[in-house]
Amino acid sequence: MTTLNINGRDVTVDVPTDMPLLWALRDVVGLTGTKFGCGMALCGACTVHLDGQPIRSCVTPVAAVAGKKIITIEAIGQTPAGKKVQRAWLDLEVVQCGYCQSGQIMSASALLAKNAHPSDADIDGAMSGNICRCGTYPRIRAAIKQAAKGARP
Amino acid sequence: MTTHTVSRRDFVVVLTATGGGLMLGWRVGDRAGAATAAATAPPGFAPNAFIRIGRDGRVTMIVGQAEMGQGTYTAFPMLLAEELEVGLDQVQIEHAPPDDKLYANPLVGFQMTGASSSVKFLYEPMRRAGAAARSMLVGAAAQTWNVDAASCRAHRGVVTHTPTGRRLGYGALADRAATLPVPTQVTLKDRKDFRLIGTPAKRLDTPAKVNGTAQFSIDVRLPGMKIATVAASPVLGGKLAELDDSKAKAIAGVRQIVRLDDAVAVVADHMWAAKQGLAALVVRWDDGPNATVSTADVVQELEVASQQPGVVARKQGDAAAALAGAASRIEAVYQVPFLAHTTLEPPNCTVHVRPDGCEVWTGSQVLSRAQATAAKVTGLPLEKVVVHNHLLGGGFGRRLEHDYVTQAVRIAKQVEGPVKVVWTREEDVQHDVYRPYYYDRLAAGLDARGQPIAWTHRLVGPSIFARWAPPAFQNGLDGDALDGAVHLVYDIPAIQVEYVRHEEPVVNTGFWRGVGVTHNTFVIESFIDELAAAAQQDPLEYRLALLGKSPRARAVLELAAKQAGWGAKLPAGRGRGIALMYSGWDTYLVAVAEVAVSPSGEVRVHRVVCAVDCGSIVNPDTVKAQIEGGVNFGIGGALWGEITLKNGRVEQSNFHNVRVLRINEAPAIDVHLVRNGEAPGGIGEPGTAVTAPALANAVFAATGKRIRTLPLERQLRSA
Repeated sequence: MTTLNINGRDVTVDVPTDMPLLWALRDVVGLTGTKFGCGMALCGACTVHLDGQPIRSCVTPVAAVAGKKIITIEAIGQTPAGKKVQRAWLDLEVVQCGYCQSGQIMSASALLAKNAHPSDADIDGAMSGNICRCGTYPRIRAAIKQAAKGARP
Repeated sequence: MTTHTVSRRDFVVVLTATGGGLMLGWRVGDRAGAATAAATAPPGFAPNAFIRIGRDGRVTMIVGQAEMGQGTYTAFPMLLAEELEVGLDQVQIEHAPPDDKLYANPLVGFQMTGASSSVKFLYEPMRRAGAAARSMLVGAAAQTWNVDAASCRAHRGVVTHTPTGRRLGYGALADRAATLPVPTQVTLKDRKDFRLIGTPAKRLDTPAKVNGTAQFSIDVRLPGMKIATVAASPVLGGKLAELDDSKAKAIAGVRQIVRLDDAVAVVADHMWAAKQGLAALVVRWDDGPNATVSTADVVQELEVASQQPGVVARKQGDAAAALAGAASRIEAVYQVPFLAHTTLEPPNCTVHVRPDGCEVWTGSQVLSRAQATAAKVTGLPLEKVVVHNHLLGGGFGRRLEHDYVTQAVRIAKQVEGPVKVVWTREEDVQHDVYRPYYYDRLAAGLDARGQPIAWTHRLVGPSIFARWAPPAFQNGLDGDALDGAVHLVYDIPAIQVEYVRHEEPVVNTGFWRGVGVTHNTFVIESFIDELAAAAQQDPLEYRLALLGKSPRARAVLELAAKQAGWGAKLPAGRGRGIALMYSGWDTYLVAVAEVAVSPSGEVRVHRVVCAVDCGSIVNPDTVKAQIEGGVNFGIGGALWGEITLKNGRVEQSNFHNVRVLRINEAPAIDVHLVRNGEAPGGIGEPGTAVTAPALANAVFAATGKRIRTLPLERQLRSA
């Protein structure tokens, strides 16, 4: 039995400790907003926050996350950065098929939480691990900038 | 106009199909509640298969076309709502059930989402469906008040009797409207009166896609559901020879190993156990006849096939004679490789086979085919197979195939209870239905001034239509493979386009975002660029001079060139390339790409400026988004995309060796729209189709190297 703190709640799961967090979230806990895309940390669709840091849940075993704070797409709107990012995503109509967007939003929220005014290079650095096959990249970049603008005092 | 009455029984089926979170739009936060409420709501008014209005005034729109990012779940409601006189904020959407009669795409005659055809072919039918419903609601109000319908006006779901100000909502009118005959003729609004069509309305599917609640088929969860992952024979046509599953069965959570003749699946409590189980299997495959095939074998056979004349698809003048008499003659061979789709949502399908029925949850561009294959595999009658469609995590043509549904049903037949079959990315890359390898021979004859007087184009490749839509393959011609090639818009006196059908049975081949047009536009627009270079003329001016008979093409060329600053000086190592796309989609699109090429042959795309004339526009923001996304999809494909074979096996497996575009490599993209009242054209695929030639021409401008075989970077490194 492993206790995971997911979106502010403790959840006890009976899974092998080497199980990647992605499958614990999706197949055991039932939080399906976090997506499977590659299983090798190559596409970013499975990105969640671990103590505020973006991680690829498809290669992060449950054993490594016990006792840490896990935030998923389902709760990212409750963080200031996540809320701004979701708003900007809606305002600029970033999304197409939407499958990668949970991961995109998690990466963007983590970026903005630690860097309120990211440069283009900062955006490249934080977001290049997230693949979007629909090619929404220009709007993702613009939406991050818009969310950052909203962050100005 | 065709309208259909949906019976109450049909509602039950549809509403059952909405269980599990298919409600979109403003109901999305209350999925279970919405489904329950809908299931118990009275039928109200349903004049056709696309609109249902409850007594409570709730307006539900049923969309027969799949939503895979291209925006149909907004465009279709806009078309319906425009004529129905409701606001988009008053609408909720449902996935349509499989039904070729109710939801046929006129392009192919069955329920199909693809070929950039949804708005092009259903623009008017959807408006008519909305107008018919509005006319019946207005009629019901007029009857209630005993007044002339012409004195009543509908707006935002309310009918008002203008002289007296009396008002009745659509919900209150639903029962009476349902008793009126469906009109055979309706009056559509004048363009100038549009409130929605032509506006950048917000997409209805976006809110659920930014908070994790959007339901893709991979997100399906059912009581007692098992999860399976699968490995098919690594060589097409191969069979399972021997299997030792003892180690797999020992893994905690693994429940069952399912053997098919050409695949093996591990059924488990969760994907982790299934994946581990699959890895623990010791399998010996009988590779079959394709055991030793490599890409070079495929290319060699295409080369041989290209020596023979093909079936003539377009003939204008005497191209052979004109070529023979030309002042100069240019010949070229172009090749494009196999390509994988890698939709980010891997193929998946959930199936529950019972003795008396079968239920399927998947994401499909061909929903009725998903139903038909499940019926065939289970031996059940069609009406015993219920299929639930979902939002698609990418389509790009991959989900125009139903192989993954067929396979999942075959597996599910051996499993007690529901089972979700999820492909790994490796399985997806190695068992895709790939864009064909095409091999093209071109020749042009130029006069003394360098103007083309003859054009011949022989394209060689498999016929997807012959397999996928046999009635569409006629007289030896595949209209899809030839799309764009036969539409050559340049005014050249003698043109001959030929098609040599040559199958590539070593892998499955199918549609890939724009397939025929994407391939042909690369070939045509690269070759016309070659002719301009041979004539020592500016590529833009050279094209313009050949477009005297095509004012729409000319206008988009001029607009794109102006916006891109065509002719302005660029730093050393940079080049600008232009390409024009026109095809059966009835859309004109020009892209001007600006690239830098490093000494080692790396291509950086800095900027792409597009001008598009797709006729009447439903949602200009969606049009722009589709061009932006299409261009980015095209860049990855053109620069790096290729699937190669060795010993019958696909050599690539995941995103480390299937390189796709990432944000740090994505250019700035400007899209300029031409607004006119022409008939609507397709917009989902043109952006991809125009990109490869714009890049190849820009690479030529930057380096002087003409790349005739994709992917560009590999060729540049070896050029």
